[in-house]
Amino acid sequence: MGVAASAVRAPTARATTIRWNKLVGTLGFYAALLLLLAPVLFVFYWMISLALKPDVENVTYPPVFIPEHPTFDNFVQVFQKSPFGLYTLNSFVVAAASTAISLVLGVPAAYGIIKGNWRAPALFVLIARMTPALSYLIPWFILFRFLELNNTLLALIITHLVIGLPLTVWIMLGFFEGLHPEIEEAARVDGCSVWQVFRLVSLPLARPGIVVAAILSFIFSWNNFIFAVVLAGRETRTLPVAVFSVLTFEQLAWGNLAAAALIVTVPVLLITIFVQRQIVVGITAGAVKG
Amino acid sequence: MAVQATSSYRVSRGTYLWFVAPALAATFTIIVFPWVFTLYVSLQDWDAAGASGFVGLGNYARLATDERFLLSVLRTLYYTVLTVVAPLVLGTIAAVLLHREFRFRGLVRGIFLLPMMATPVAIALVWAMMFHPQYGVLNYLLERVGLPASLWVYAPDSVIPALALVETWQWTPFTMLIVLGGLASIPTDPYESATIDGANSWQLFRHITLPLAMPFIMIAAVLRTIDAFKAFDTIYPITQGGPGTASETINVYLYLQAFSYTHIGSASAVVVVFFAMILVLAYVMMYLRQRSAWE
Repeated sequence: MGVAASAVRAPTARATTIRWNKLVGTLGFYAALLLLLAPVLFVFYWMISLALKPDVENVTYPPVFIPEHPTFDNFVQVFQKSPFGLYTLNSFVVAAASTAISLVLGVPAAYGIIKGNWRAPALFVLIARMTPALSYLIPWFILFRFLELNNTLLALIITHLVIGLPLTVWIMLGFFEGLHPEIEEAARVDGCSVWQVFRLVSLPLARPGIVVAAILSFIFSWNNFIFAVVLAGRETRTLPVAVFSVLTFEQLAWGNLAAAALIVTVPVLLITIFVQRQIVVGITAGAVKG
Repeated sequence: MAVQATSSYRVSRGTYLWFVAPALAATFTIIVFPWVFTLYVSLQDWDAAGASGFVGLGNYARLATDERFLLSVLRTLYYTVLTVVAPLVLGTIAAVLLHREFRFRGLVRGIFLLPMMATPVAIALVWAMMFHPQYGVLNYLLERVGLPASLWVYAPDSVIPALALVETWQWTPFTMLIVLGGLASIPTDPYESATIDGANSWQLFRHITLPLAMPFIMIAAVLRTIDAFKAFDTIYPITQGGPGTASETINVYLYLQAFSYTHIGSASAVVVVFFAMILVLAYVMMYLRQRSAWE
């Protein structure tokens, strides 16, 4: 007791060094953290800053860091110059519909794959993930032209299944694998049909997985650029295509461009912040299983 | 075993086929059909007007001597190396930092995820504005720290590294997430005993963290390689392959061939070759990963 007390009162040289090292370590840690976060925050800050400044302040040197005359004109102009409301609706309809169809098809499929203990579908999903999106586009382009579906939202919804369906199956495989077969067997003994077991027992248990699959499928569909840039017409553009093609970079209308970019990406950023946990689960499940 | 007792309640595999069938049908229509059809088109002379004759492997033979295509392959490899190595190194560092307990860790992790989830086209266009040699903020920042200005995506020499910078910014969080998942699975006892033996933090990282996280870093490497190889959303909106053809990767070349010049037959041949490359790449990476796991 006495020894410990004196040690506290009169720290030895060694103890001081350790405490000093710890302080340097902590400072170094926060410095490294800041260094890592700075580029992330800066790009988003710059996006917001460009969107809030009139172009006199955007296209100037040295750059204006804090808007001197902040304004929402850029946002107003984006909606005035082009049917951005329509494009927002298009994006929402395509992402929501393709996500819904992906879930309806993909969730039972993952369940069947696990229960039937098939190997090939999992491998197939993996190959589908590796395939460049562009490689689907040529046949679809020809096919949709033949079916006169080019420039329709239906064509976009169908193509976006390529994003949502493999993702849903992949994530749900992990969730159904983790379910205990005893519970299902008990339900069978109690007289449930195979479909009822799925519908009433397994599906509710896998609900966290369905939420994860739905969130990621929606976001990736919302973000997709390549399918719509080829297949969408003037009326059926989704937001990423609208941002790219409506506002041309050459005009140096940077305020408008940044405002449009912000409109596209803010919903996704908000979802990410609010359901961060589900996103992390989905992405690591999808990845680590690979 | 219990399974024997309840065997009358067991369900045959065939029953579960009904669960898979709808998805299977959809998959064949939207994924398998395009693959087969692409293979067919790649053997045809096919332009905007449609097919005008069977040319066998003619489209492939032409690719082998098409300098523009061959250069795009080299560019893709260059871009892939940059955008695999940088995100892996930075992502591992980020994972080690974010694995530590500190206040607001959840928030910081959330912020760090944003680049990966944000709409790539929107982000690409913001970078395009930041790259502007005259009014862009990046040259201003370089000047402030005493570095020479760069032409970024406006010069053939610097366009690929500049685009790789955007991709690194965007996808470092992805490797971070995977490595972070690996770090979470490392038990604490090796650290405790090594600390008692007087190991410093670099030694802890080098001899405990890194080897144990290696399988996860390799998974991240495989996935990153595949994604980098087929990158499009960061390259096309910023440069459309320019200046000249200086940033024309295979994917951009393919896009221009198919949808700007409507050389659909030869573009399909590019798709087939590209797809084969990705399969080989994935196979090699998987093989390396398995070997590294055994050793």
